[in-house]
This record gives sequence, C-alpha cells and structure tokens, in this order.
Amino acid sequence: MIWNPNKECMSREQMRALQGKRLQKLVNYVYHNVPFYRNKMQEMNISPDDIRTIDDIVKLPFTTKQDLRDNYPYGLQAAPASEIVRVHASSGTTGNPTIVGYTRKDISVWSEVMARCLTAYGVTREDTFSVSYGYGLFTGGLGAHYGVENLGATVIPTSTGGTEKHIKLLRDLKVTGIACTPSYALYLAETLEKMGLSKDDINLRVGAFGAEPWTENMRKEIEERLGLKGYNIYGLSEIMGPGVSYECSEQNGSHINEDHFYPEIINPETLEQLPYGEQGELVFTTLTKEGMPLLRYRTKDLCTLMDDECACGRTSVRMGRIVGRSDDMLIIRGINVFPSQVESVILEMPEFEPQYMLVVDRVGNLDTIEVQVEVRKDYFTDDMGAMLQMKKRLADRLKGIVSIACDVRLMEPGSIERSQGKSKRVIDKRVLK
Amino acid sequence: MTIKQLSIFLENKTGRINDVTRILGANGINMHAFSMAETTDFGILRLIVSEVEKAVDVLRENSFAVKVTDVVCIKCSNTAGSLASILEKLAVQNIFIEYMYAFADGDFANIVIKPNDLEKCVALLDECNCDMRSEL
Repeated sequence: MIWNPNKECMSREQMRALQGKRLQKLVNYVYHNVPFYRNKMQEMNISPDDIRTIDDIVKLPFTTKQDLRDNYPYGLQAAPASEIVRVHASSGTTGNPTIVGYTRKDISVWSEVMARCLTAYGVTREDTFSVSYGYGLFTGGLGAHYGVENLGATVIPTSTGGTEKHIKLLRDLKVTGIACTPSYALYLAETLEKMGLSKDDINLRVGAFGAEPWTENMRKEIEERLGLKGYNIYGLSEIMGPGVSYECSEQNGSHINEDHFYPEIINPETLEQLPYGEQGELVFTTLTKEGMPLLRYRTKDLCTLMDDECACGRTSVRMGRIVGRSDDMLIIRGINVFPSQVESVILEMPEFEPQYMLVVDRVGNLDTIEVQVEVRKDYFTDDMGAMLQMKKRLADRLKGIVSIACDVRLMEPGSIERSQGKSKRVIDKRVLK
Repeated sequence: MTIKQLSIFLENKTGRINDVTRILGANGINMHAFSMAETTDFGILRLIVSEVEKAVDVLRENSFAVKVTDVVCIKCSNTAGSLASILEKLAVQNIFIEYMYAFADGDFANIVIKPNDLEKCVALLDECNCDMRSEL
C-alpha cells in the first residue's frame, strides 16, 4: 500500500521540477526572515534570484549543528513566535541543546510523512500501535504518535520505561505494531524471555526501528525474538524527526520523502556534492518547512543515495544504511573505526549477547581499544581453554574487520547497562595533550 | 562414582565472589569446597555445594551464568605420598587432568579432579579401590 501515490510515485522530472520550485520559494523565505542565512548568502555573493532549479542548490551555504548551537535558542527560526505551535529539543551532551520550533503546517507535514512510512510497513487502520520512543522533547515519541493517528490506527503511547508493564499491555491490548529504538526492541525481547514468555505470547507483526544506527544482523535477531518484521525509519530532529525516510517491503534502502526533504551526499572534507552511489555525508534541505527551515544541513551521517527504480513502485531516491557518523568515527592509532563495524562482528557470533561497549584509552603514547561483550549463558563453559578460545575468535574477527588489534573483555550476561533510548556504545578516556 | 560441581562465570570485579557466597548463604546452601580459576578479565568459580539444583536455580535467578560439571572426588589418607600414588596411576593410563583442587581435614584429604576422560578415570579408580565420594 502507498499512502500518497501522487507524491511517492511522481516521475523523476516532475519531482525535480517540484523540488526546484520549492527550493526557490524556500531561499526567498529564509533570505528575508533569517538574518543568519541572509548574511551567509551576502558573504558568498549570491541572492535568491540565483536559484532557479534544484541543481542550483550547490550554490547555497551549508548549515551545521554548531550553527544551531551558536544561534540558540531561536536564532534560526523563520516563522514569528505566534505561528509556532510546538518546540522540540535534541539532547545537548555538549553545550546548548538544539531547539526546533514547528508551525501548524510543519506538524501536518510531519504527520503526513509519518503516515507514508507506516503505510509502507503495512500498518493500517486495523492495527494497534505502541509508540515506545520517549515522549517529550525528543521528537521520536510525538512524531510517531501523530503519524499513527493520522493513519487512523490505534496509538498506545507507551513511551519508554516500565518494560514489564509494557509487555502486559502488548499482550492484553493485542498490540500489532511498535516503534522504538532497535536496542530497546532487544531489551524488550530480553525482558519478555526473562518473564518466561516468548514471541508466541505477543501479537506484534510490524516494528518501526530507528533513532540509532543498526545492522542487518540486529534486524534478524529482533525479528526472530519478537516475531515481527522490522523496518528502518530514519529521521533527525533538526530536519523534522522520524519520517524523513522509510523502508518499503523491498527493504533495499530507505525512501526519502524528498518532496519535503531534499537529500545530497557530500565529501565531508572537500564539501563537494557527490553523485548517486558514492558514500559520503548526508545533507538535507527542508523544502517546505516554516518554523525552522534549514539549507543544506550536514547530518554527519555517512551513507549512499540510490536513484534506481524500486520494485515497490515508489520513485523517490533511497538512502542506504547509515554506516557511521563522520563525527563519532573513532580514530585509533590513525585508523578510522566505526562502532557499527564492531557491532556487526558481535552480532554474527551467537556466543555473545548483542550488547557491547567500546572503551578507548591512551596508554603511554599508544591508543588502546577494549571491546566489552557479554557471554551468553548457554555458551559459558567450565572449560577455561574454550572460554579463552571464544575470546580469541572475537579478537581475530575484529582484527579482520577494523584492521587494528582490539582487547576483548568477556563480561557476565546482563552486566552492560541497557539503554531505553539511544544507547551509549563508546567511552573515550583519551586525554589529548 | 562422580560428584556434581557448579561452575560460575565471574567478571573480575571487587565483591563479585561475595555476591555468590551471600546468595548461597541466604538460601541456606553450604559450600563444601571451591576453587577459582582466573584470567585478566574474568574467572571461573568452581564449587561443591550441599544442594546442587537449588544452588543452580537461585544463582540463575540472580542472572549468573552457571554450568554443572561432573567431577571425581577422591578421599585419601592425609599422609605423605598418598596423592602421588593415585596420580601416578592416572598418568600411566594416559588420563590428563584439566584441573584439580584439594583440601585436607585431620587424617583425610579430599581431592576434586576434572579428568579429560571421566568414564575411564572412574573405572580406573574403581579398579584400584580408591574411595570416591558421591557427596562432601
């Protein structure tokens, strides 16, 4: 099923024409309403008249997370305060949080794109859907909530926490769909099993997982333990929240709602736009946003874009899985290491729980990386030699994938802290002098 | 004749052995013998206890990874050379000892052995009339 075939199945030429028109309008709008963008454009010697087609987007300035912080709280807001009906904020682990204001129309666009996602996952009005993203300043909870309501399914706003009670509701209300982070889905499976229950005791059939990077192996694991089909949902609060892109039944990349969010891939070093198929940093321009529209926002997410036809009938550009972040890429002994690489290795080995922690340190002048993993109860053995072999197997595979030697530390099952929101996977203790 | 031993996976962390002994104590389970094998990051605590099944249950309830292993427990006289004569018999028959631990009490000593071939080891010890124990 397709929620909005007019937009989701538009011909490429029509889409590009629409994007061009919307970009022109957007540039005019920010030029006259956001001093930050007007100043930047004047510095670069460009005016709104220079933007005629979507290809002219490369002339426009980039926006970074730092720009959002520097203009805290409302510096990048284009709409007057009277038009803003809601504010979300993304967590600011360092410095100011990022504040994003939405107009009534922004909320309506968001509900529309979310309904497109849910429809692609096969969710219908008949479904009962648990939204287990955190409700609050984080966009996940309310974003998904409005989408489910717009679609007409029944929404159960479970938010995060109280997992045993959540499982009771899943059973008693015969909940068929869930939206949460992949790591919470695994925690849910673990709790279910701890309660002596299994996937056969719940009715979940669809999961919308996002807000943190995950792998194919993680998908298999979640699908197996919860008895559902798991779909990727992508979004970021600066651009909108969940619903920027979504997988269809083909599960070959995530369709971008590109009539609202125009994607580009750039080389994060040279900032040049890269052609489809090449890996680089994902950049979005919010074509229709009123509250806080952004030009060429650098997501720091690394992936590729695909524009070949999709068998599902949608014509929109698709993004591949996020392979890492240009900013949480770890540089260890000069080698680029992505936590997702380590994760994929661990998930392939049944002897370990899908929980891990990377501890990076500097001993003398040498960077060290310790990979902490939990041994699955069934795989623990009294044979010390076999335990040491298990440890070596992981170390060897890691070496093969990330190209540097990792110290593996075997942990007791359940000892690594479980997250209910975005999981923290890296502790970097290096103090650079 | 063999005896059931518990093996528990433990991270090297202050107080972790206490957690085991406290849980067993609170459940009225007595520990007769134990040994600890350690590496830099984890260890295996091996225990002979009064109630094996109950101990496994309460430890698993507390999220410990626990395995039950069959081992041989020999009682011999607490005198010079008595262990040597037993081990000699095993070595001659090519029985390899993966690990062992022992404690002496008055005139007697108890030795817990994990051989590579349990059946062969039991048969051999039977033949030489060694006093194997089914409980401690």
